[in-house]
Amino acid sequence: MTAIVSAENLTVAYDDFLALDAVSIDVAPGESFGLVGESGSGKSTLLRAVAGLSPVASGRIMLDGKPLDAKYRDKAFYRQVQMVFQDPYGSLHPRQTVDRLLQEPLAVHGIADAEKRILRALDEVGLGSSFRFRYSHQLSGGQRQRIAIARALIIEPQIMLLDEPTSALDASVQAEVLNLLEQVRRDRKLTYIMVSHDLGVVTHMCERLAVMKGGKVVERLSSADLVAGRLKEDYTRNLMVASKGFVRAASMA
Amino acid sequence: MSTMLTVDDLRVSFPTRTGVIEAVRGVSFTLGRERLGIVGESGSGKSQTGRAIMGLTPAHAKISAKTLNFDGIDLLTAPPKVRRNLRGSRVAMILQDPKYSLNPVMSIGRQIVETLRTHENVSKREARDRAIAMLEAVQIRDAGRVFDLHPHEVSGGMGQRAMIAMMLIAGPELLVADEPTSALDVTVQLEVLGILDKLVAERGMGLIFISHDLRLVSSFCDRVIVMYAGKIVEELAASDLGNAKHPYTQGLLNCMPMLGTDRHPLPVLDRQPEWAL
Ligand SMILES: Nc1ncnc2c1ncn2[C@@H]1O[C@H](COP(=O)(O)OP(=O)(O)OP(=O)(O)O)[C@@H](O)[C@H]1O
Ligand SMILES: Nc1ncnc2c1ncn2[C@@H]1O[C@H](COP(=O)(O)OP(=O)(O)OP(=O)(O)O)[C@@H](O)[C@H]1O
Ligand SMILES: [Mg+2]
Ligand SMILES: [Mg+2]
Repeated sequence: MTAIVSAENLTVAYDDFLALDAVSIDVAPGESFGLVGESGSGKSTLLRAVAGLSPVASGRIMLDGKPLDAKYRDKAFYRQVQMVFQDPYGSLHPRQTVDRLLQEPLAVHGIADAEKRILRALDEVGLGSSFRFRYSHQLSGGQRQRIAIARALIIEPQIMLLDEPTSALDASVQAEVLNLLEQVRRDRKLTYIMVSHDLGVVTHMCERLAVMKGGKVVERLSSADLVAGRLKEDYTRNLMVASKGFVRAASMA
Repeated sequence: MSTMLTVDDLRVSFPTRTGVIEAVRGVSFTLGRERLGIVGESGSGKSQTGRAIMGLTPAHAKISAKTLNFDGIDLLTAPPKVRRNLRGSRVAMILQDPKYSLNPVMSIGRQIVETLRTHENVSKREARDRAIAMLEAVQIRDAGRVFDLHPHEVSGGMGQRAMIAMMLIAGPELLVADEPTSALDVTVQLEVLGILDKLVAERGMGLIFISHDLRLVSSFCDRVIVMYAGKIVEELAASDLGNAKHPYTQGLLNCMPMLGTDRHPLPVLDRQPEWAL
């Protein structure tokens, strides 16, 4: 396999705290790769490192077989790689209209047809044109999340870094957004790296996944293996058990 | 069971340049010392319902109700100072957007300490110890390190738990938790629910648990309200979710990706205009 994105022994440090500790992953072109694991284990840090937003201490990130700079990313990079952040409140400017938010990436990359693309993007994420002139602070959590997804899709990147893209959505809208993401991946041969704490979502969307804990990848497996319970690590097993829901007696620790 | 909160015909609307947006359109329910779940579609008015109870509705919005009463206090006519005092001590809300709601220029630990010290007379030392204990209670590893971090330096799930710790340290009688566990991995999610569960069972806290996760709500709450387009379309005992009557609720149960089922594309709802009437 020639990977389209890979991380080799990637280490990210904040002072003497290692948010990522020699992490390696390989993602094939057209693949959808999942990241699951404990809160604080470094999932967002890994995506952010690919996007040039984490302080890489050592190791490297390869894109199309070429090593990327530790920090600097040019415009062409963001044409090819888009990220949907975990926290749509932070990533969308609250005083901008939806129209401006969708206009901006088109303008930056000199893409024509803005009008048509904006209307289509809104429609794709299940928000009609009536949302076009709302300010982002006038949207609910899930509506904001969908604008963030529309904003990434609108410039038709090759690779999407998706950090909990549907965790703010109710199941009905989640199903629509997941179907959309699958469809555009198929139609445009996109590659996804997707973080989700919902094992149902990850196994639905991804062929392979990595389980993270404490800044390290503790297990790599296929979704089929996970579903069938063919796993090696206790931590992965705990995740499986916990995903079955809340059991009152068990909580009274 | 004694009622602590009565909401009758609550309405919240926003005037905008392009017309009035009716976010909440006549919501009514009562809450005792129990776990009430609110589920509903994105944009259906769940957060705005919670915010109205807390007095956190944006100033330019229009809000009305036949009754909005917490423990004998008429919330709509209570002066701002009374409501602020309530918010500091007896009622609390875990907001959906934790990082955005935390003060970006103050360390997490200091924010929790200040919350504690505004309503309880404790020494700095004790406040610090209790804040760290609270961070540990919500399963933050390395609570000593996280105490000194600023909101932009913590992960999504850590920010969410910092917010939970800050709201719980005041020991509220009524807690509105808006998607409190949506950023948490499942193992931590269960621990946090365990804490909330204990507060209801042992201290008699009233809990409004807003979530889009129907499976979670049905395993955790006593009763569930289902919202659609600003209204309550169905109310159920949590154990009875399987017998939901409204097509929105029924549809919700069917469109979740589940481990081991292979459905591509996932079934989606065929939303009917009359659901929103
Ligand atoms: N700017 C920073 N300064 C200090 N520590 C940081 C900073 N950014 C991230 N960290 C730390 O790095 C660790 C990994 O964070 P990250 O956001 O990658 O976790 P995550 O796996 O995405 O968790 P979650 O599921 O909760 O979102 C955390 O312990 C966090 O506190
Ligand atoms: N400041 C505002 N101005 C105008 N409309 C607003 C404002 N805040 C919220 N709304 C609208 O009110 C409706 C209800 O919003 P609310 O945040 O209560 O939804 P929600 O049920 O919590 O959704 P989600 O699950 O996506 O968080 C939404 O359609 C939203 O766009
Ligand atoms: Mg994260
Ligand atoms: Mg909300």
